[in-house]
Amino acid sequence: MSARTAGSAVQAARVGAGLAIRLEGVALGYGRHAVLEDLRLDIAPGEVLVIVGPSGSGKSTVLRAIAGLLAPRAGRVLAEGVPVTRPSADRAMVFQDDALLPWRTVLRNVELPLRIRGVPRRQRRTAAASWIARVGLAGCEDRLPRELSGGMRQRVQLARSLAGAPRAVLMDEPFGALDAQTRGEMQRLLLDVLRDTLATVVFVTHDVDEALLLADRVVVLGRGGVGCVLQVPEPRTPDIDRAGLRARIIEEL
Amino acid sequence: MSTPALDATLGPAAPAAAGAGAASAGRTRTAAGLRRWAVRSASLAAVVAVWQWLTTADARVGLRFDRLPSPAEVAAELGRQLGTRIYYLDLAQSMIRILTGFALAAVAGIALGVLVARSRWAGDVLLPPIEVVRPIPAIALVPIAILVFPTDEQGIVFITFAAAFFPIMVSTRHAVRALPTLWEDAVRTMGGGRAHVLWNVVLPGTLPGVFGGLSVGMGVAWICVISAEMISGEFGVGYRTWHAYTVVDYPAVLVGMASIGVLGWVASASIELLGRRLTRWLHSSDQGADQGADQATDRGADEWADARAHAGAGAGAEGGAR
Repeated sequence: MSARTAGSAVQAARVGAGLAIRLEGVALGYGRHAVLEDLRLDIAPGEVLVIVGPSGSGKSTVLRAIAGLLAPRAGRVLAEGVPVTRPSADRAMVFQDDALLPWRTVLRNVELPLRIRGVPRRQRRTAAASWIARVGLAGCEDRLPRELSGGMRQRVQLARSLAGAPRAVLMDEPFGALDAQTRGEMQRLLLDVLRDTLATVVFVTHDVDEALLLADRVVVLGRGGVGCVLQVPEPRTPDIDRAGLRARIIEEL
Repeated sequence: MSTPALDATLGPAAPAAAGAGAASAGRTRTAAGLRRWAVRSASLAAVVAVWQWLTTADARVGLRFDRLPSPAEVAAELGRQLGTRIYYLDLAQSMIRILTGFALAAVAGIALGVLVARSRWAGDVLLPPIEVVRPIPAIALVPIAILVFPTDEQGIVFITFAAAFFPIMVSTRHAVRALPTLWEDAVRTMGGGRAHVLWNVVLPGTLPGVFGGLSVGMGVAWICVISAEMISGEFGVGYRTWHAYTVVDYPAVLVGMASIGVLGWVASASIELLGRRLTRWLHSSDQGADQGADQATDRGADEWADARAHAGAGAGAEGGAR
């Protein structure tokens, strides 16, 4: 490894520019069952795009297609103009729950993307430890996932996804299984962490308030495709009344 | 944490008095563990006692115990055999056979199990012959083994291998299929390829299931190594036992049987222990008393997590309890 990659992964996350993602007439489904048809969407580098929709609208399916875990039945998913055919470390994913490897400690879970990238042991240890501290879990490095609460596990997942210095972070209802208080804490942590990264974020949720709290733009996914795309004025600024926008989204849902 | 002075007066015999604190909890567990071991030993002793009583009383209650050697006679014979070189040679011979056959079966069974579960093509090619051979009892392969292998030794190892291979292969295959795809997806979105998925997800994730197969495989391997030795050996516990039978030396037959029983038990227990060590991440914190020490730390972790969740007040209470 050269001296350039030797800098901490936290730095790398700041430097790595966001990925431009484009969906061109994408049709998605599992087996014979079609979920979405003719989906068109442009995601700008570095923006936080939140996809809201009722359950069964296929929001997670869109995310899987962007990640490269699911091949579209028609159309193309483009990352920086290149068709997505398989998952890549450029597009990290945060799952709803239980995606940590239960046999690995917190530290070794966070290290994993660095290990896959071939970062030498000592550097990945330092980088992983700094990410763990960043999400407020310093001292928990040697715990197993089962020894952590749901909120703590999601903190680890966040650290793990960002440790690999991805250019896009895909988040699939990451706080959906948490209680209201923990969810609030996690949202604040995410806002805090996102301030340091230039990565594009695609965030899926069914919670309209969560969408308004995080998003630059909100995509409302109804049955059959994109209902509308709404720009959030002055995104991620506290104490702004977004009742109008909120009403608009709920109407679309 | 209770004071050392208090511990000294109460001693480990008063576990109920041990209240709060992980260390005392650990001691309670140890005491409970000792009790369980006492029960287990007593159970074994009771069986031997009944046997002794039946044989010395020359009981004939439908079954004829009058001609069965008593535990005392068997113990005397065992004492005699322990003084001979041949007894240890037999044990070593059987152990070498079983370890060789079992190790080969473990490697082949896990490799093929993963392969046929992960690759449809490999499954189509390899599964039909495997499924046809699988129902054949390994011991029925003895004639083939004698025909095909140049030496008896290789034949016996082959029988052992064949016996252990199938349970290991089948359990591995099922464990791989039952693996949640989520972990694989996670590793792939980190940029991990097939090798990474195999090494970081499939192998560790299937370990609990694989160890189930290894346990069963070890049991069957013992049955088959002994049977194979009885048919075509010149050494080994099985051969010696059968030989004793042909010269109507019943105490020696029973010594052989007991040796097989103990060795088989040790082998299975080793697999069990190894499995538990390697899949420690799986066990919830309310496991058996055997893991008293681990438990204490696990419990500490839970309390710690709670304390953290409840912030200052919780942590204060926790500190007070210690």
